[in-house]
Amino acid sequence: MAETATNTNTGKPLETQEYFINMGPQHPSTHGVLRLMLTLEGETIHNVEPHLGYIHRSIEKMCEKDTYAQIIHLTDRMDYLSSHMNNEAVSLAVEQGLEVEMPERVKVIRTIISELTRLSSHQLWWGVFGMDLGAITSFLYGFRDREMIIDIFEETCGARLTMNYNVPGGLMFDIHPNFQKRTKAFVEHFRQKLPEYDQLLTGNVIFEMRTKGIGILSKEDAISFGVTGPTGRASGFSNDVRKHNPYSAYPQVEFNEVLREEGDSYARYKVRIQEMWESMSIIEQLIENIPEGDYKVKTKAVIKLPKGEYYQKVETARGEFGVYIISEGGKSPYRLKFRSPGFSNLSALNHMAKGVKIADLVVIMSTLDLVIPDIDR
Amino acid sequence: MNIYDFKSLTDSIHTSLSVNLSPSAVTIIEFIIIAFAFMMLFTLLGLILVYAERKIAAFFQLRLGPMRVGKWGIAQTAADAIKLILKEPLVTKNADKFLFNLAPFIIILSTFMALGAMPFAKGLHALDFDIGILYLTAVSSLGVIGILIAGWSSDNKYSLIGAMRSGAQVVSYELSVGLSLLTVVVLAGSLQFSEIIASQEAGWWIFRGHIPALIAFTIFMIAGTAETNRGPFDLPEAESELTAGFHTEYSGLKFAFFFLAEFVNMFIIAGIGATVFLGGWMPFHIGNWEGFNRIMDFIPSLFWFFGKVAFLIFLMMWFKWTFPRLRIDQLLRLEWKYLLPINLVNILFMAFIVLMGWHF
Repeated sequence: MAETATNTNTGKPLETQEYFINMGPQHPSTHGVLRLMLTLEGETIHNVEPHLGYIHRSIEKMCEKDTYAQIIHLTDRMDYLSSHMNNEAVSLAVEQGLEVEMPERVKVIRTIISELTRLSSHQLWWGVFGMDLGAITSFLYGFRDREMIIDIFEETCGARLTMNYNVPGGLMFDIHPNFQKRTKAFVEHFRQKLPEYDQLLTGNVIFEMRTKGIGILSKEDAISFGVTGPTGRASGFSNDVRKHNPYSAYPQVEFNEVLREEGDSYARYKVRIQEMWESMSIIEQLIENIPEGDYKVKTKAVIKLPKGEYYQKVETARGEFGVYIISEGGKSPYRLKFRSPGFSNLSALNHMAKGVKIADLVVIMSTLDLVIPDIDR
Repeated sequence: MNIYDFKSLTDSIHTSLSVNLSPSAVTIIEFIIIAFAFMMLFTLLGLILVYAERKIAAFFQLRLGPMRVGKWGIAQTAADAIKLILKEPLVTKNADKFLFNLAPFIIILSTFMALGAMPFAKGLHALDFDIGILYLTAVSSLGVIGILIAGWSSDNKYSLIGAMRSGAQVVSYELSVGLSLLTVVVLAGSLQFSEIIASQEAGWWIFRGHIPALIAFTIFMIAGTAETNRGPFDLPEAESELTAGFHTEYSGLKFAFFFLAEFVNMFIIAGIGATVFLGGWMPFHIGNWEGFNRIMDFIPSLFWFFGKVAFLIFLMMWFKWTFPRLRIDQLLRLEWKYLLPINLVNILFMAFIVLMGWHF
C-alpha cells in the first residue's frame, strides 16, 4: 500500500487497492503471444506473472516421431531469430553421436552464418527496443541493415528466416559464389552504420533516464535464475558458450566476451551493441580464407544414433541453447529436450520488475530480448 | 502595410448583409459563415497534417510513406477518412455510453473554440478579445476533460491509466505554457493578439527579447508539445505500454475525432507560438530598413502565418520521430523541478529588462 497517500480532508490514509491487468496475449510490446498478469497499484508493479501456452506446439514431443534430419526443421520454429544456431545445436549433437568430424569448410561457414544471424537478431532487437521506448525511427534503421543479411541468407540457401541450412553431417548446399563478396560488403557497410545507432539512441538524455538503473539483476540472481546470453553478461556473469565450450570454428577466432557489471537495462543495451562489433570482427577473421573442401560428409540416408545420451549447447543471440538427446538406437530420439535461453531469462522478469512502473516493465522485457515461440515450445 | 488586408473583405461582407437585414439576423448569418469556415478549416487541417506527418515520418525513417492512393499518396488521408466514417462504431459492453459518446465531442469543441481566437492573417480573425491569450490557453486545455471522460467511461484499465496520465500531464504543463506566454505579454504589454502582433512590427519578439525570450520560446515548445500529448510526451497513448491509451476502445468516426483533434491541437499550439514569438502574420521586419521591410510586405500575411506554423509543426514532428518517450514521473519532474522554476525566474528577468528598457 502506498504510505504517502492521505485524504487531505480527514487526514486518514487513502484506501488504495491493488488491481490486475492482463498484458497480452495481444499487446504491442510483449512481441508475441505472451500473457503477463500484472498486479498493480497505480502505475507501480507489485507482481508479474507470466502465463504461457498460447503458442505451444509440443515441439519436443513431435521430435520423438521425426528423424534427426526432420528435427532440424522444428528447431527453426522456436527461436526464429537465431534459427541457424538452433539448427547447429541439433546438428552438432547428432554429429557427436555419429562421431564424425566436420571438414574445416563446414565449421567456418557455420560460424560465419551464426555470427551473421546474431548480428541480424541484435539489429532487430535494437530497432524494437527503440520502438518500445517510443522512438519508432530506430525500428526502421534496424531493419534497413538487417535486410542486407537476410538477402545474403536468401542467396545462400533460399530461405530468409527459417533457414534449415545445417543438416546433420554438414550443410545442405555449398555457399553461393557471391557469399564472400556480399558478406564483406555488408561488414564494411555496417561498420559505417553502427555508430549511427549510437547517435540515435545511446547518448540521448531521455534514453539514459529510461534505461539506467532500471531492472537491475545482480550477478548472483543472474546465476540462480539461469539467465544467460547478453542479459546474463550485462550482470557480470561470464557465460559465453563460444568461449567456455567452443564449437565449430570458434576456437580459431579471437574475440572478447563482452561483460559489464551494472546489470541494468542500459548495461544490457551496451552489451548487445558491443557484441555486434565483436561479431563483425569474427566474420572478418574468417571470411577472407574459407578453407576449400567438402561442404558435407557422407551420412546414411536415415541416421540412427547409437544408444546413449548426447548434449550439445551453443550460444544463440539470446543465450545458451542446449539440446539433450536420449537415443535408444532408433531413427528418432527416445526423448529430446531443449534448453531454451528465453525461458530462463523470462523467469527473472518478476524479480527485476517488482516496484517499477509499467513503462519500465516494457523496457525490462525488451532488454531481455524475448522470443515467445522459444519460451513456449 | 495595407496590401492584402482581409479587413476590407470582412467589412464588405458585413455592410452588404446589413443593407437588408436586421442586425441580429446579420450576426446569426455571420456566425454560420464563420462556423462553416472553421469546419472546413478543421477538416482541411486534419487531412493536410495527417498527410504531412506520414510523409515527414517516412523521410525520417528512410522510407517513402503513402505512395499508392493518388500521386505520391496525396489522396491517402481522404481514403482513410472514408474508411473511418464507414467503420462500425463499437462500444464496450460495460461502458458508460453517454460519457463514452460525449468525450470526442468535448475534445472537438475545445479545439474549435481555440481556433476561434487564432489570428490567421491581417484582419482575418473571428474573435479579438482583450484577453486573447488567456482565453486561448484556457480553452485549449479544456480538451483534457474529454480525455479524462474517454478514459473513465471506456471500462478499460489501459484507458484509465492513459487518462490519468493525461490529466497529470496537461494540468502540469499548462503552467509552463501560460508562464512562457506571459513572458512575452510583459514585453508586449497586452493580452490581445492583434496588439501583440502589432507590437512586433519592428521585429519579432524572439529576436528582440534577448535571452529571456529565447528561453521562453524553448519552454513553450516543450510544454506545448506535452500539452498536445505528442511524442516524446505521448504518455496518454503510449502505444508500447498502454496499447492506445485513452482511445483504446474507440473506433470509426469517434476515433477519427480524437485523431484529428490531436493534429488540430498541434496546429493551435504552433499557431500560438508563431503569433506570440514569431510575429504571427507580421512579415519579417528589421528595425528601420525601409526597403527590406517593404519587400517583405509583398508576401501576403496569410503565407507568413501558415509558413511559421508549418515550421513549428515540423519541429514538433521532428521531436516526435527522434526522441524516446519519457516516463510519467520523469515527465512531472521535468515540469515541476526544472521548467517551472526556470520559467518563474525568466519572467522576473524579463520584467527587469523591460523596466530598464534594455530590449530592442
